[in-house]
Amino acid sequence: MGDEQAFLEYVQSGGQVETADWMPADYRAKLVKFIEMHGNSELMGVLPEREWILRAPTLQRKLALTAKVQDEVGHAQLIYRVVEDLGKPREQSLADLTSGKAKFHNVFHYPTKSWGDVGVIAWLVDAAAIISQKALLKCSYAPYARIMKKICWEESFHILHGRDVILAMVTGTHEQFELVQEALNRWWGPLMQFHGNPIPKDDDPMYRWRIKSQGNEEARQQFLEGYVPQIWELGLTVPDPKLRRSDDGVWEYDEPDWDELKHVVTGHGPQTEERLAFRRRFLEQERWVRDVVLAA
Amino acid sequence: MIFEVFRQERKGRPFEHAGSLVAPDAEFAEAWAREQYGRRGESVALWLVPRDAIHDVEGWADEFDMKYRRVDGYSIKARLKEARERTASRIR
Repeated sequence: MGDEQAFLEYVQSGGQVETADWMPADYRAKLVKFIEMHGNSELMGVLPEREWILRAPTLQRKLALTAKVQDEVGHAQLIYRVVEDLGKPREQSLADLTSGKAKFHNVFHYPTKSWGDVGVIAWLVDAAAIISQKALLKCSYAPYARIMKKICWEESFHILHGRDVILAMVTGTHEQFELVQEALNRWWGPLMQFHGNPIPKDDDPMYRWRIKSQGNEEARQQFLEGYVPQIWELGLTVPDPKLRRSDDGVWEYDEPDWDELKHVVTGHGPQTEERLAFRRRFLEQERWVRDVVLAA
Repeated sequence: MIFEVFRQERKGRPFEHAGSLVAPDAEFAEAWAREQYGRRGESVALWLVPRDAIHDVEGWADEFDMKYRRVDGYSIKARLKEARERTASRIR
């Protein structure tokens, strides 16, 4: 016990770790950072969609969107519980999120301008996210891998819901089709940045500890391979003239704007401040509920 | 209090560990577990166990190879083949 090298070899050969097991301090710190960011993203990720619950075009869409928002908040609860077991209390995670100290995914810092955005988020943002999440089913930290099973199961409904929204619009009027195309044009940049810069996976500490089981570029390639043909078959245009699948099956694309990614995730996105203010307000407003319940 | 949650997917299936939750008592724990692990009908039953009540057992001595108690302790393929050949030659 207590041997960092042996631990590293254990996780690199596919070994899994439980809460009570010994783990190196660096592994624990990386786990907290990674899992907490995932929890933050689930919690912040509902805000762009929440804005559309009251404006959903039909009752069925309104109910589906509400169910999706409920799922994502549930995921945040499960994930913060895992973080808590690793030593960081939920209150602390929430405080770090709302003060802007902790990060959340780039895609949740942007505005949603039309119902087309709701479709693009539910279909493509969730698709990009599920690629990362499916790879986490093999995470070396077993309690996280276990809750990921439930999360992936629910995300698959979200993607289908998103695809259904998109299909309804691209088979609708010219204006509806254009709303989707316009939303896709705005979301493509953030989507291409989503999986992070293409550092070799062995240089990525999250991969080294087998918290993640795939590299950033691998995830992006999987996203392109799975979804670009689906986008094209609907007659939509991907706003990247360089995008093509080379003969060896690798997707080539225009270099994503890594400066924008860095700028956005460090708290300077177009909607960052407004959404954090919203979270702060509700956290404060509902403090009495937590106080009463936890004192019961 | 921390409760560990075990869920059963269908009648007759084993209860599998699904996650944990924090609740002040069993009643709240039930309400939240129903919400988090059952609202889509993904479970037919849940077990909520206070983490403190779990008696953890780990580690087995491995001094002896006690394969004779297990299926993988028996390799019968080669001998079965030989026995069959003997039977065949006797019949002839």
